[in-house]
Amino acid sequence: MNLIETLFPLGWQHYLLGGLTIGAGVALLFLFNGWVGGMSSVFSSSWSFVSKRAFFQQARFVSTRNWRLVYALGVVLGALVWRFTLAGGEAQHTSVSAWQLLVGGFLVGYGARLGNGCTSGHGICGLGSLQLPSLFAVLTFMATAFITANLMAWSLA
Amino acid sequence: MNNLNPHTLSLPKAVVTLAAGALFGFGLSLATMVQPEVVINFLLFKDWGLMLVMGGAAGLAMLAYKGFPRWFIRPLLGGQFLTQPSNWNRQTVIGSAIFGIGWGLSGVCPGPAIAALGTGNTDILWALGGIVLGALAHGLTARD
Repeated sequence: MNLIETLFPLGWQHYLLGGLTIGAGVALLFLFNGWVGGMSSVFSSSWSFVSKRAFFQQARFVSTRNWRLVYALGVVLGALVWRFTLAGGEAQHTSVSAWQLLVGGFLVGYGARLGNGCTSGHGICGLGSLQLPSLFAVLTFMATAFITANLMAWSLA
Repeated sequence: MNNLNPHTLSLPKAVVTLAAGALFGFGLSLATMVQPEVVINFLLFKDWGLMLVMGGAAGLAMLAYKGFPRWFIRPLLGGQFLTQPSNWNRQTVIGSAIFGIGWGLSGVCPGPAIAALGTGNTDILWALGGIVLGALAHGLTARD
């Protein structure tokens, strides 16, 4: 077996093409609007519509909450287009259990906001703008994610 | 047309924002990042695809962030090219570590959780709900 097949048993083209498409979205948002489009901020900025708490009412959330919500809506739209053009229209499913999704999701939401970024904020926008703190953040969450996923696989085996 | 708030959402900017988000969501789906199993297989070193996704996206983003401010005085629809500096401090370390634990447990991160609304993967609504609550818990306990 050659190296490519070992590293990418399901092929590599769709990964690269998908990544470039994501990058094109980020580039488009910057070219026309001048905005840096990580994903996790929308979860804090949208709470500013509901909560009067000073944390959520910070200018960085209130001033960006409208476009962040439209951006998130676009993500849904893009996924919908993919589903009905390339995926045959069928709804997707996952075998990961509900408790893992819920508890994991909670930690993802809490951690991404505490750490000011997620896989797109630090991993794409932060690395893309060559910020060293984002590189450290990526290495940190890759490390804990690697440990967690392997512990889970080991305990379920 | 220099606005006081560079984040003001005019109609043309809203259209671009929607299109940018759509590219993002389509790309995530095409790259199968919306499937938690694929992300978990990366974390188990069974499939390195995620590196190509992140590398491809970050590479293009780098060209954009470095190139556009040199080639254009301001964004094509007005305003200014903004930056979002990241900091290395206790919060970033602890937050990123917690984020990684949740990501490794669920195989879901914020972008794919949102995209699940489009792919029709209702299982992932558990994760989306968790993220929404996690962000709330963070905001309610933040000492800012």
